[in-house]
Amino acid sequence: MLNFLEAIGNRIEILDRVDTWEEAVRIGGKLLEKDGIVEPNYIDKMIEVCKELGPYVVIAPRVAIPHARPEDGAKSFGVSLLVIRNGINFGSYNDPVYLVISFATPDKESHLEFLQELAEILQDSEKLAEQFISFKDKEEIKDYIKKFFSKVNT
Amino acid sequence: MVNKRLKIVAVCGMGLGSSLILKMNIEKVVKDLNLEADVSTTDISTAKAVLGDADIVITSPELAPQLGELKAKVVTIKNFVNFQEMKETLEKTLKD
Repeated sequence: MLNFLEAIGNRIEILDRVDTWEEAVRIGGKLLEKDGIVEPNYIDKMIEVCKELGPYVVIAPRVAIPHARPEDGAKSFGVSLLVIRNGINFGSYNDPVYLVISFATPDKESHLEFLQELAEILQDSEKLAEQFISFKDKEEIKDYIKKFFSKVNT
Repeated sequence: MVNKRLKIVAVCGMGLGSSLILKMNIEKVVKDLNLEADVSTTDISTAKAVLGDADIVITSPELAPQLGELKAKVVTIKNFVNFQEMKETLEKTLKD
């Protein structure tokens, strides 16, 4: 079972820093747009939602999961992962954020298995963030995820 | 512990991400504590309309003030994915 990794595919980016949380969300959204998962408009919606509802997308220490609604331009299900080595503040009690996990889903079901696995891998989100910012490239991140889920499922 | 079947509702901004993760954890806790409960999710904009008969509403500290006055107990959770925080919070809420 490697749904988590399949959902992310090659949409992983590692940056030393970003200037604002909006920039972080935009980069995460762009990774989805590049692969045709979302319309350009979806990215603006992701940012709008964070502004409207507050930084509640920072669901665990060090981790944000920006997303918008299916009708905001989500064409298919997909996930992207942005790792920010120096972290960025969203204005949340779970700041600073090192992992920005953006997603889009065309309906209310396609992403359920992904969310389940996300909750598993984020049980110790601070440790996960520490690991990911220490990795030098995406392959190391992918290996870590692969190993994590092969342990969980055996 | 509780005789009546509880109605627990998880609320997030769009009813798509965080509230579904909350629901998974709530269901695990409900099972752990041997409770009888219906767990559902909703988004903040329709929350007011559907929360009338809820016993416990679980959401984030940012969203809680936007819910306004409710009959239900409103419980806030900072770490949405952490099973332990959810368990401790729910146990405490049920005792009160």
